[in-house]
Amino acid sequence: MSAPAPTDLRIITSRFDIEDGHTLAGYERTGGYAGLRRALEMAPADVHGEVRTASLLGRGGAGFPAGVKWGFCPPGVWPRYLVVNGDESEPGTYKDRLLMERDPHQLIEGCLIACYALGLSQCFLYVRGEMAHAQERLAAALNEAYEAGYVGANVLGTEDFSVDITLHWGAGAYIVGEETALIESLEGDRGMPRLKPPYFPASIGLYGKPTIVNNVETLANLPWIVSNGGAAFAAMGADSSTGTRVFAVSGHVATPGVFEVPFGTTTFRDIIFDPRYAGGMRPGRTLKTFIPGGASAPWFFEEHLDLPLEKTTVDQAGSMLGSGAIVVMDDTTDVVKACHNVVRFFARESCGKCTPCREGTSWLEKILCRILSGQGRPQDLDLLMDVCDNISPGIAWPPRQTTICPLGPSAVSPIASALERFRGEFEAYLPATAVAVTTSAGAMS
Amino acid sequence: MSENETVVTITVNGQPVEAQPGEWVIAAAERAGVYIPHFCYHPRMNSVGMCRMCIVDIDTGRGPALQPSCMVAVSEGMVVDTTSDQTRKAQDGVLEFLLLNHPLDCPVCDKGGECPLQDQTMAYGPGESRFVEEKRHFEKPIPVNDLVYLDRERCILCDRCTRFADEVAGDPLITFQDRGDQTQVNTFPDLPFSSYFSGNTVQICPVGALTAVPYRFKARPWDLTEVESTYPNPMGDRVVVQASRDQVLRYQGVDSDAVNWGWLTDKDRFSFESTASDLRLGSPLIRGTPLGRPDPGGSELVETTWRQALALAADAIRAAVEDKGPQSVAVLGGARLTNEDQYAWARLAKGVIGTDNVDAQLDDGLPTDAVLGLPRATINRACTPGGTVVLMAPDPKEEQGTLYLRLRHAVVNDGVQLIELTPRATGLSHLAAHRLHHRPGEAAAVAAALVGGDIDAGPDREVGGVAADALAAAAAALADRADQPITVILGRPSLAEAAGPTVEAAAELMKLAKLLTAGGRPGIAFLPALHRGNVLGALDMGLAPGVLPGRVTLADGAAALAESWGSVPASPGADARGILKAAAGGNIDVLILLGVDPLGDFPDRKLAESAIKGVGTVIASDLFLHPSAAQADIVFPAAGFGERRGTHTNMEGRITRERQIVTSPGTARADWAIASELARLLEADLGFGSPEEVWEEIVRVAQSHRDLSLEAIDTETDGVVVADSSIAFHSPEDATPVPHVDAYSLRLVSSRRMYDRGTLVQHAPSLAGLAAGAVLALNPYDFDRVGVDMGTEVQAISHVGEMFVPVVSDAGVPRGTAAFGYNCPDLDVRALIDNDAVVTDERIQT
Amino acid sequence: MARLNPNNLAIAQEGIARYPVPRSALIPLLHLAQEQDGYVTEDAMAHIAELVGVTPAEVMGTCSFYEMLKREPVGDYMVNICNGISCHLLGASALIHHAEDTLGVKPGGTTDDGKITLEAVECIAACTEAPCLQVNYRYRNQVTTEDFDQLVADLRADTAGVAPHGQLAKVRQHVSEDRWAGVSPPNGQGEPAWMARNPSDNGDGS
Repeated sequence: MSAPAPTDLRIITSRFDIEDGHTLAGYERTGGYAGLRRALEMAPADVHGEVRTASLLGRGGAGFPAGVKWGFCPPGVWPRYLVVNGDESEPGTYKDRLLMERDPHQLIEGCLIACYALGLSQCFLYVRGEMAHAQERLAAALNEAYEAGYVGANVLGTEDFSVDITLHWGAGAYIVGEETALIESLEGDRGMPRLKPPYFPASIGLYGKPTIVNNVETLANLPWIVSNGGAAFAAMGADSSTGTRVFAVSGHVATPGVFEVPFGTTTFRDIIFDPRYAGGMRPGRTLKTFIPGGASAPWFFEEHLDLPLEKTTVDQAGSMLGSGAIVVMDDTTDVVKACHNVVRFFARESCGKCTPCREGTSWLEKILCRILSGQGRPQDLDLLMDVCDNISPGIAWPPRQTTICPLGPSAVSPIASALERFRGEFEAYLPATAVAVTTSAGAMS
Repeated sequence: MSENETVVTITVNGQPVEAQPGEWVIAAAERAGVYIPHFCYHPRMNSVGMCRMCIVDIDTGRGPALQPSCMVAVSEGMVVDTTSDQTRKAQDGVLEFLLLNHPLDCPVCDKGGECPLQDQTMAYGPGESRFVEEKRHFEKPIPVNDLVYLDRERCILCDRCTRFADEVAGDPLITFQDRGDQTQVNTFPDLPFSSYFSGNTVQICPVGALTAVPYRFKARPWDLTEVESTYPNPMGDRVVVQASRDQVLRYQGVDSDAVNWGWLTDKDRFSFESTASDLRLGSPLIRGTPLGRPDPGGSELVETTWRQALALAADAIRAAVEDKGPQSVAVLGGARLTNEDQYAWARLAKGVIGTDNVDAQLDDGLPTDAVLGLPRATINRACTPGGTVVLMAPDPKEEQGTLYLRLRHAVVNDGVQLIELTPRATGLSHLAAHRLHHRPGEAAAVAAALVGGDIDAGPDREVGGVAADALAAAAAALADRADQPITVILGRPSLAEAAGPTVEAAAELMKLAKLLTAGGRPGIAFLPALHRGNVLGALDMGLAPGVLPGRVTLADGAAALAESWGSVPASPGADARGILKAAAGGNIDVLILLGVDPLGDFPDRKLAESAIKGVGTVIASDLFLHPSAAQADIVFPAAGFGERRGTHTNMEGRITRERQIVTSPGTARADWAIASELARLLEADLGFGSPEEVWEEIVRVAQSHRDLSLEAIDTETDGVVVADSSIAFHSPEDATPVPHVDAYSLRLVSSRRMYDRGTLVQHAPSLAGLAAGAVLALNPYDFDRVGVDMGTEVQAISHVGEMFVPVVSDAGVPRGTAAFGYNCPDLDVRALIDNDAVVTDERIQT
Repeated sequence: MARLNPNNLAIAQEGIARYPVPRSALIPLLHLAQEQDGYVTEDAMAHIAELVGVTPAEVMGTCSFYEMLKREPVGDYMVNICNGISCHLLGASALIHHAEDTLGVKPGGTTDDGKITLEAVECIAACTEAPCLQVNYRYRNQVTTEDFDQLVADLRADTAGVAPHGQLAKVRQHVSEDRWAGVSPPNGQGEPAWMARNPSDNGDGS
């Protein structure tokens, strides 16, 4: 497992190189739980204030400011819950697992700070099912933290502050990473997303009660923010994308890895080509395309390399930073196969709730499969785009959708990107003598 | 919603539309005449917004965006465009997606011709499919239970059936399984969708995925004719009756706000099979020789003409009246008839013959004054959000299926608090805020404590078998909500105990009425839960001793009615029990059975047997030759539901229409016509030639129904509730003494199940096999005490009878009690019930 | 086919108590059943339905949604080769083909000896370690065909140090009673006491 590269600023990956950083002893020795102690000396609202000041953007994908999201609970409705989204599954994304495996107490401390700030006495830590090692590291850490008095009844001996954290894990379904689907799953149901509105978790969440759903990385930042102040955090990175962020750079690069870098100031060129990070293309290869923010994101190309890893800039350029997953493809890449790979992922992971996603993604996958097998028809390329249009009208960014959640429209991104830029590669798969296949009668009696 | 609430104005396709706050866009648009296509949306279930067919452009100030109109509530100033290019393109796309994997088997699909998916495709669909890939395959129709088949290839995963099962019926036994485009609806392996309400899923399925076994391949929708009618059950469920070639083929529920919301029980829905049964009576029968010659003492029933049968009947009645007086003629039953039939028979019996020995109930209901004298509730009142329902009746899930669905919805969704005051658990127990399961026969003491608030609470203390702490909590809850409507569902929770304790309990609850009148509170009202279809109509029409048509006692109404009828009986007659006792004693010469089978249905079977033997002439008017009719001397074939016109009265007193769509078999006639003919032969002209003319007379002479025209009933979607009554409820003066149960005995409780040995069920082939066999159910803790093992066959011994029966464990049966189905197809619990006692105790031995 | 054994029943009951609504424990209980039997049996589903107060059909609805929960017996070892985009770019297809040839089964199949079930799975979050795989949800990074062959040999000999299919975390969360703050139902609570704290009258802080 590649260790994170050394960087100037390491906030949440600071213990990744420490052998016993995942244990309570290692954590306490390196300043652990200082943030919690500091928080308990403050009024809860002031802790919330520090997070607002920090302008901490959610690290799960949507990039919504956490401090603002925290303020959305309807007044006077109790109890409220904290749900930790540790269901990291977006292809190319690899950071939350490391945060859970290597520094579980940091996450627990982050949860406790959030609970304290927002008046939450129950927290559910939802870890992806396939992450057995992360589960046991968290279980061990929670057991230690409970016994040491950090979690449970009367945290750190206080008379009034008690929080239970329940470790929960999933069982294999990408869609559960969507926050309303995660709540359904946590309620013991099929992980099918709910319509927002009305089901914004902050107002109608777990058991119908106000619920804060935060990503692992988001919460892992809280101990540092409380210890050092929101202003110190906001001073790092760019104005609108503060602090640091963890990116995984994978694919056709010389030294793939997980890197914590200043948020908003580092550029794609830096993180892909800098020898401190991914070290550039493999010898003799050139960049063909890269996915800037997980499989759902539209693809970027050479001309986007100098964009900073900053939310607004990337949004405006027509894609997203998403979950911090940069997947690099060089000139050896068969774009049609890569496109099919990503579309197949969404087709397999569709929950089946909305018709356009359930039927549309698998149709797209079948068409691509047929093209790859040499059975493509000339009209298939336009058909692909029209099916995409029926899932995500206008094929625009940010996507519009005929579905409840963004999964269906996510399958549109790779097709739109690849077909627009590399249409010739698709056409090359079509048989030279391709003739239009007669369509079957569709009318019903 | 009341008119006083604020109204939200939205714009739909350029037109202003007034909508109720909170209303979904799709519903507001539809009311304004703009139909938005949809598959998953159903107004009686929670929206899920998953088929995506109803997405339309909705602009709430931030520009038009595609949103599911089934899940977006109206807001002031909202602009909705259901015809925009974007909307059209999206809806066309959804339709194409739905058709990708949908088989093209419309020509052999039951839904073909009435299929929303087909209709949408014909209206808007593309002419050809762009989908050249292989369609999804599943094993073709699989049974999800005995009545419903599921074709998963046709299914479009709208979640209607599964939501119905979960949200409406409370039987989540079919669910979505697997994921994505492999998602399917299915049951757990070998655990069928055992629900009394499964047929509703067929009705609401927007494609032909769910089909009903009794209807499969029977007809095409375009061959069906239909009428809107009222199913003759005590709820008066609104239905559409559909027929083809003079045969009833299907009942579909009609969404009536006040009554059944579109739902039907499977028992009622599929009972249409009995209408066309080969065993229906089509010709009058009289006694004759084995060779078919008429012979009054003959051993056989032989076919004859109406003229001869009616003449024999009239002769017998005339002879009886002349011989022993009018009271030697008695009429039992009539609850399955229409109001008009009932009135005609009441007038024949009371006005022409002069007997008051008339009873539509079979000693398994409530005294007339308890039904007509207590303040009457409506179903909607019972379901008022925030109100309280006290259930003191047989299990609604078993006996009043659609009432169960309404109550269930009210408790689950509208915060109605349910207090169960029954001798055993019911289908609603798990939803009840308070379960007061009393010892059989001791309801009154519990009711008294509930309203009196004088409870000696504490561990180990009890009242009538109910823990005092639980009772105190229920009393507090009742008092806490006293500013909201309190509705008592009142019936006979157990047929192994007399009616007395239930009536006394009702009287105790009525004490609340005085307390609640202060401060303009809605107070307490009662919803009678009685057995047999139009039993409430029968009581209104005077088919009970001591009353006359129009909810008036014989004493109070005699003078007025005598003007129209000529005469009325001088004094009150006997009830069913009294009639049968008189018959057994040789004092009844003519016993007329109107759609009843006392041998099969009267709680005291031995009495019924000796009564039938003791009567000179038994006349039966019925659909089938059930055991009692088979003993009759004269049998008239009667017209049944779907074959007759008239009106029906439900438990609320709601009058709605029953309409005809097919002709009755053979020469069967409507009961009002049979009564008229008999009257004519007895030298009395009742003066009506149609059920409409009967109704005209009813509204002329029946006080409570005065001036209620059929037109007025038809004008109202849900009919008209008759509320007036001049009958007063008589509180019992003395409490019925209830003996202590000894330490070695269990007290018997017995009530009906939905599927039983009843005449209609047994003549509907799809239902006949569904009746469960008899078992004796004990609380799990009683097995040791009684010394028997679960699952074994035991001997149950009361002081009137004994029988061997399998014993099972049921935590819903209180300790010290034994439960036995009342109307099981195999073992007859009546052999154990002591009808002369308040309660029956029994011992059990191996 | 088996219901939860007494030991697992105790674990199940401890788990259920951690949630305000019992049904929330459904997925953890299904994992527990899979740990016990190697897959989720119908009897176990029925037992879990009883424990959390739902119908077996509802348990089936949830169980069948999630890929890790197997409703048919699988091998002792699930070998899940990642076919996500990052692994795809670095040879996942070749590795899957190699696995198919080596094991003689297609993805989804189980070897005749019942030892190994092969699956080609979506991204397992080890993208910088491509191509990667999991054996019973334990990672193997940057897997070559030689690595794979060695792994198969170790698995067949049960010397790979991997617990049989079904067990995930080797450590369970366990909270002693005196440390547990206590679960309450999702209704009727007011604002927690500490929300009234303010720094000027901070009397009971740490």
